[in-house]
Amino acid sequence: MRSGFLKLVAENLTIDRGGRRVFQDLSFAVERGEALVVTGANGIGKSSLLRTLAGLVPLAAGTLRLDGGLPDLLPQEQAHYFGHQDAVKPALSVSENLQFWQSFAAPCEPDGFDGGRYTPGEALETLGIGHTAHLPAAYLSAGQRRRLSLSRLLITPRPIWLMDEPTSALDKASEQQLLGLMNTHLDNGGVVVTATHTDLALNQIRTLHLQAGDPGKLLQEEAMS
Amino acid sequence: MAFWDYANPTRFLRLVQIVLPWLVGLCVITFAVGLYMSFQAPEDYQQGQTIRIMYIHVPAAWLCMMCYTVMSLSSIGTLVWKHPLADVSAKSAAPIGAAFTFMALLTGSLWGKPMWGTYWVWDARLTSVLVLLIMYLGLMTLWRTMDDPIKAGKAAAVLTLVGALNLPIIKFSVDWWNTLHQPASVVRLDGPTIHPDQLWPLLVMAIAFTLLFLVLHLMAMRNEILRRRVRALRMRAASASHPGTAAATAQPAE
Amino acid sequence: MSGWAMALFKRDLRLSVRIGGSALVGVLFFLAVVTVIPFGVGPDLNLLARIGPAILWIGALLATLLGLDRLFQADREDGTLDLMMMSGRPLELVVLVKCLAHWIATGLPLVVAAPLLGVFLNLDPVSMGAVTATLLVGTPALTLIGAIGASLTVSLRRGGLLLAVLVIPLAIPVLIFGVSSADAAIHDPVPFLTPFLILCALTLIAAVVGPVASAAALRFSSD
Repeated sequence: MRSGFLKLVAENLTIDRGGRRVFQDLSFAVERGEALVVTGANGIGKSSLLRTLAGLVPLAAGTLRLDGGLPDLLPQEQAHYFGHQDAVKPALSVSENLQFWQSFAAPCEPDGFDGGRYTPGEALETLGIGHTAHLPAAYLSAGQRRRLSLSRLLITPRPIWLMDEPTSALDKASEQQLLGLMNTHLDNGGVVVTATHTDLALNQIRTLHLQAGDPGKLLQEEAMS
Repeated sequence: MAFWDYANPTRFLRLVQIVLPWLVGLCVITFAVGLYMSFQAPEDYQQGQTIRIMYIHVPAAWLCMMCYTVMSLSSIGTLVWKHPLADVSAKSAAPIGAAFTFMALLTGSLWGKPMWGTYWVWDARLTSVLVLLIMYLGLMTLWRTMDDPIKAGKAAAVLTLVGALNLPIIKFSVDWWNTLHQPASVVRLDGPTIHPDQLWPLLVMAIAFTLLFLVLHLMAMRNEILRRRVRALRMRAASASHPGTAAATAQPAE
Repeated sequence: MSGWAMALFKRDLRLSVRIGGSALVGVLFFLAVVTVIPFGVGPDLNLLARIGPAILWIGALLATLLGLDRLFQADREDGTLDLMMMSGRPLELVVLVKCLAHWIATGLPLVVAAPLLGVFLNLDPVSMGAVTATLLVGTPALTLIGAIGASLTVSLRRGGLLLAVLVIPLAIPVLIFGVSSADAAIHDPVPFLTPFLILCALTLIAAVVGPVASAAALRFSSD
């Protein structure tokens, strides 16, 4: 395997949730430095796709692999998942929350990816919530909690960022900052897969548009050009 | 056709349709013969007519163990091979197992009344079977409380296997507990070895009960498959635009 | 303990100390159970001394089951459990560490409270020591077995009762050997060590089966 060649490859993904087929035979690939933006109507399966990539929804069929990643780890163990839930414990202080994730989540830096390595303090400062470090997370506003959750992605280097509606609960300025961080991550050789309704100004965008097919006939289409 | 081909529910349903009438017929004949032999068998010199309860009680007790074995094997099928029928098999075996367990307990206590002078003693065997009944009922509740049959099946499979590991330990500890607190009044049931005149009807009844289990299990599996199909159809009706294909369109990188 | 396990252990302990005082509630429940029993069986001190170890054990079992439903549920509700599964750490060990922290926060206080409650039940010092020793060795098994129930019912909104129904049959051996080794110390039908060592063995078995089964159930419940 060539070094510095990072590529998330999904082949013929088929997912059932709650006995319902969400999608079938979905294939795509994202290379280092690229962002895959997943679009589509509500309930079409964007979140399901991201949770599948995160290893949280079992595959009914198909394969998922990370070329050029660390061979001992599953793709989801080399990924960050930034979803609707913040995973913030209100009873712990902001820095305790962050320090836990720094020690708990295993870092992963394959060749050709530079994770940046923020310390918890730097990450909080970067996201503009450094002054809250000693406060219990219960006192944070929704946007601040969101940013605390985001700082998790900065302190543990992992090449894949899976982001489900990353801009929700963020104001314009924070959104710009988030886009900046995502672009930096791409420039460092990372991969971003994001589901969104809004247009995101990212450097290298590939779009995956999910749309409902005829229930009887299931189409197969290659996602990659 | 290989055995594994019956993994396909449609083929399985076809097979059930062919096999079931024969099984039912065989089961009825065996029961007729077994019951006749049970009533023809000689009385016990000690227990009198009540010995005839044994012809129901003992096969039911065997079956409640076999049923758990079937469920454990099915659970392995669910977890290891993700066999589509395994979880249907485990789910439909649970109520049957619970019914046999209940029958074993009921006939046991009816038998116990004239023998021990009480309907219930905390005998090691009775106690273990009571624990087994609670486990069956717990598993059935677990299946009921989860909406998604696939998830419920996996959760129940984990619990069934943990139970299968635990059953010998439970049996061992209940035996231990019972020898510590051995009540004085209990008559030992396994006294003299069983007479051949009583053994034959028992064996025929055991076969009849096994056939009954097979018939009920196959019918319950058929019903469960149909129930899941109805569920799938309703789900499809509810989301007419689904199951969607992800028609994925690619745009060149900007 | 390696760094991540220590971080998880500390976090869980902190959370259980800071939220709602779960240790206190467990001990209060234990006290309540022990208090109502004499109202049921009568205030005969000899009888209470005889069934005292059993009362303490049943109280500990119920108090343990009471606190278990939040073992994984809190982490599931705020998305932490999802991230734990992606963390690259073996989920079985994660479960084991969480059980250990949970036991220290809720099980150990019960063990500490047991001698005090033994006074109410007219236990002599030997039986008090025996019950406390058996609880110390046996309650981890209850937590570990209970973890299976907790992970099976993690997605259910009101899983507490079902958890108890699922777990109690599995906990019967622990109860039997816990009580019988305490009894053995008092009016020795068998030497104390025999059932006590079996109790230790049951805890060790539970330390293997519990985390493995519980991790499997958690993986299946993620969706």
